[in-house]
Amino acid sequence: MEMKVEYVNLTIDGMSIEVEKGGTVLQAARQVGINIPTVCYMENLSPYGGCRMCVVEISNGDGRASLDTSCTHKVSEGMMVQTQSPRVIRARKMLAELLLASAPNVKIAQDIAARMGILKVRFPMEDNRCILCGLCIRMCYEQMDGKALGFSGRGVGRQVSMPFKVRPESCRLCRGCDFVCPGLVIPCQGIKEPGEICGRCVRVEEMASCCSAPTFGCFCERNPL
Amino acid sequence: MKKIRSVSDLEKWREDILARQKQYKAIVAVCGGTGCQAYGCQKIKQAFQKELKKKKLQDTVLLKYTGCPGFCERGPLVTVYPREIFYQRVKVEDIPLIVSETIQGGRVVEHILFEDPDAHRKIINSKDIPFYKAQMRLLLSNNDLIDPTRIEDYVAIGGYQSLAKALFEMEPDEIIGEIKESGLKGRGGAGYPTGKKWENCRRAPGDIKYVICNCDEGDPGAFMDRCLLEGNPHSILEGMLIGAYAIGANEGFIYVRHEYPIAHKHAEIAITQARKAGFLGKNILGSGFNFEVEIAKGGGAFVCGESTALIASIEGMVGEPRSKQIHTVTQGLWGRPTNLNNVETWANVPLIIKQGSKWFSSIGTEKSKGTKIFSLVGKVKNTGLVEVPMGITLKEIIFDIGGGPQNGKKIKAVQTGGPSGGCIPASLFNLPVDFDSLTEAGSMMGSGGMIVMDEGSCMVDVAKYFVHFLKGESCGKCLSCREGLKRMGEILDGITEGKGNGESIALLEELAVVVADTSLCGLGKTAPNPVLSALRYFRSEFEDHIIKKRCPAAVCAPLIQYSILEEQCTGCGACKKICPAQAIEGEKKLRHRIQTALCSKCGSCKDICKANAVMVQ
Amino acid sequence: MDFKHVDTIIEKHQGKRTALISILHDVQDEYNFLPEGALQKVASRLQMNANDIYGVATFYKAFSLTPRGEHTVTLCLGTACHVRGGPNLLRALKSHLRIEPGQTTADGKIFLQAVNCLGVCAIGPVMFVDGTFHGGMNSVKAQRIVERIKKGKAGVSA
Repeated sequence: MEMKVEYVNLTIDGMSIEVEKGGTVLQAARQVGINIPTVCYMENLSPYGGCRMCVVEISNGDGRASLDTSCTHKVSEGMMVQTQSPRVIRARKMLAELLLASAPNVKIAQDIAARMGILKVRFPMEDNRCILCGLCIRMCYEQMDGKALGFSGRGVGRQVSMPFKVRPESCRLCRGCDFVCPGLVIPCQGIKEPGEICGRCVRVEEMASCCSAPTFGCFCERNPL
Repeated sequence: MKKIRSVSDLEKWREDILARQKQYKAIVAVCGGTGCQAYGCQKIKQAFQKELKKKKLQDTVLLKYTGCPGFCERGPLVTVYPREIFYQRVKVEDIPLIVSETIQGGRVVEHILFEDPDAHRKIINSKDIPFYKAQMRLLLSNNDLIDPTRIEDYVAIGGYQSLAKALFEMEPDEIIGEIKESGLKGRGGAGYPTGKKWENCRRAPGDIKYVICNCDEGDPGAFMDRCLLEGNPHSILEGMLIGAYAIGANEGFIYVRHEYPIAHKHAEIAITQARKAGFLGKNILGSGFNFEVEIAKGGGAFVCGESTALIASIEGMVGEPRSKQIHTVTQGLWGRPTNLNNVETWANVPLIIKQGSKWFSSIGTEKSKGTKIFSLVGKVKNTGLVEVPMGITLKEIIFDIGGGPQNGKKIKAVQTGGPSGGCIPASLFNLPVDFDSLTEAGSMMGSGGMIVMDEGSCMVDVAKYFVHFLKGESCGKCLSCREGLKRMGEILDGITEGKGNGESIALLEELAVVVADTSLCGLGKTAPNPVLSALRYFRSEFEDHIIKKRCPAAVCAPLIQYSILEEQCTGCGACKKICPAQAIEGEKKLRHRIQTALCSKCGSCKDICKANAVMVQ
Repeated sequence: MDFKHVDTIIEKHQGKRTALISILHDVQDEYNFLPEGALQKVASRLQMNANDIYGVATFYKAFSLTPRGEHTVTLCLGTACHVRGGPNLLRALKSHLRIEPGQTTADGKIFLQAVNCLGVCAIGPVMFVDGTFHGGMNSVKAQRIVERIKKGKAGVSA
């Protein structure tokens, strides 16, 4: 039996496009080469909408526009999307500044801040290594079937942890969580001899790494290089 | 209690109950609401029981608990029928007098009657008391008459007749039409047209649908829903039954916050009794309609008052809100069409069905129909629950009903709409209270919390309070809400500690706008309102804290100092004994002194000093 | 601990997932906190992941995963109680008991808790001690109540 594919028409940044029904605004934007910044989104994992970085301005023609995360917002007929409006840029700049103030040593926070042109942070700096993006949890549940990681607590006390802070039997140490974590720390040992070339940060795949979530226990501590 | 299987059964039962009530010469109604529980109403009731037994009156005088009549400031409250004599601030010692003078002698006991502060006269009936005069107690008046743990009381006042009418004289679409025509809008804060919501849910595809009653009532300072569910739980059940029938749902949930143990208990009792009587279960009243309802408990999370988070909580998960791109009426509980309404909204339904949409829409204003219950609390004389027609002004509520300020201080502002709302300054008290007028002024009517503030309240402190409240209640999913509120809290902390600078307010406003714009759910979206409205109307207070490092209302702990006035101090030593930080030194009969470095700014010394010698500035 | 009572509690609620929070409240009332073993049992009976139950138990502020004191003193931090001097009460109790809200005193007698609204706003500031509401509180009355608890006096009233 032939599967009938339905399409919807929408406008994105002034461009009229036709995309498959059931997809998200982010997917539609990528199809036409519009690059919306994301932090907690990863293809092949379900979208979460927690970092809010991919917000775009959406209106349905009735005059009222609101911001919503493009990674979760499904496309609909007649939708009008603005990915770079002043309202969106203002939001992304502040989100970038907030992320940077919380996790300056996480590479993606620096990347997005640089992209948004943030020159200084007006909040007291912290040094969190976990940005609560939830990618590790979704990887563990959806791709690796470990179901060993989850969010605990709430609000500013929210953490990624394993149940009762103990690694459950279902965890096979597959390191899928490490693979997707933006806060992963590549242990830098520096060069030991003059002339030595380190290159660890470049040869990421070859390096043992530290998980950024404190409950795992630092791999590095247990396996010193 | 036998099962009621038809409308005529219901009528017969009602007549039986009324006939049996005739045996009583008098009724003593003691308010059993949580507020009066705190004032010791249990002892009052026990004392009555003893006294009535002593005088051998227990068979001719009916003694019962009723729901909250709303005048919590004056509890314990006792009303004696048939004359409806309203006694307030009743003490156990007064009981023998009430029994001998009022019940046996037909006279009033003067000293426990309410005294009109202006006219200096005693008032016998509650409806003549200024607090009650301007009210329109369509919903709350039933609380005065019903023992919430007895379904017979509800049936006696005509309960479940609206359900009978809906099941046998109306079609579902007709019911929805009536609710639409009435203009009823959601009472939980968002004010969405109830009829439209029901219609959308009815039209949503799916055989299994749900109705939910939201009794999470997280707004601090609001307790209307508690009183309704505690005092008249059957009215909510009846409303849900009618709604479920109209929408096509056969299962319902009542989500009660765990901080309301009595409301939870009364709801459970009501459900058990309704089930026994045949108002819940299969083939209700012989109509062929089935409906069951379950109570779900909250776990101490304000965010669970938001509909998608509430639904997640019922599903046995954390209360994390979900996207509302597809509304809950289409995909809600377990992905099925779900109609969620607030307690007060459900309570209005039986009234509308009984008396008609035309009657209901004649009350209130053009866009805001019916009455609204408010919890009038804070720095006002008459605190309690008030039910008024929409469109009444803030001034009438705060001054005519509320009796104006306490302790001679001037009223400065009123906070409405809880953490999603804002403060309205006294200069705008002529504004009517409805769904739209307060929103234009930067606040919102919200679920009904109305907190009055006077000169002794610091508006910066209030803004800080709300930000910290929301920060603690944020589920933590959205970066904007989680981090944004944290940083707003830091800025406000700094301001109240005298560490603010010229950029503080601008940064606060910048943050506020983005938190509101980018958060997923209502908590984050409305979080900046209290701060922005405080800045709009009380900017000078913020500037005092920042520039002068002063708190004009003497509230912000880091900026104030407690000291003992030498001339007034008698050296009694009471403050030294009570000080939890042991910060007071002094010898007996000699002037005492507070060591500022150790002082915890708790105010115990000020509370206990009989010589009024403690000063705060 | 074999957590026999947990089975009874789950049966009382017919093992329904919608009753999860009610079940956890009952378990906490029974053991004075939520022991890990009890939570694991609930999870397995309700066919939940250990992660999910740990997430729920740590999300809702009503629950404590560490043993609480014999007596619970709950302070209301609602707005109405706040403008009527609630923070002063909190400062007095913190100073007097030398603990923060959410902690238990060293002798295990008193667990101090601050909640966001008890719904008795008209008579604020309000304290809820071992099942009894106390209205119209101030710093002095609050300390007096705590003293009576420490001295082991039952039937506390202000």
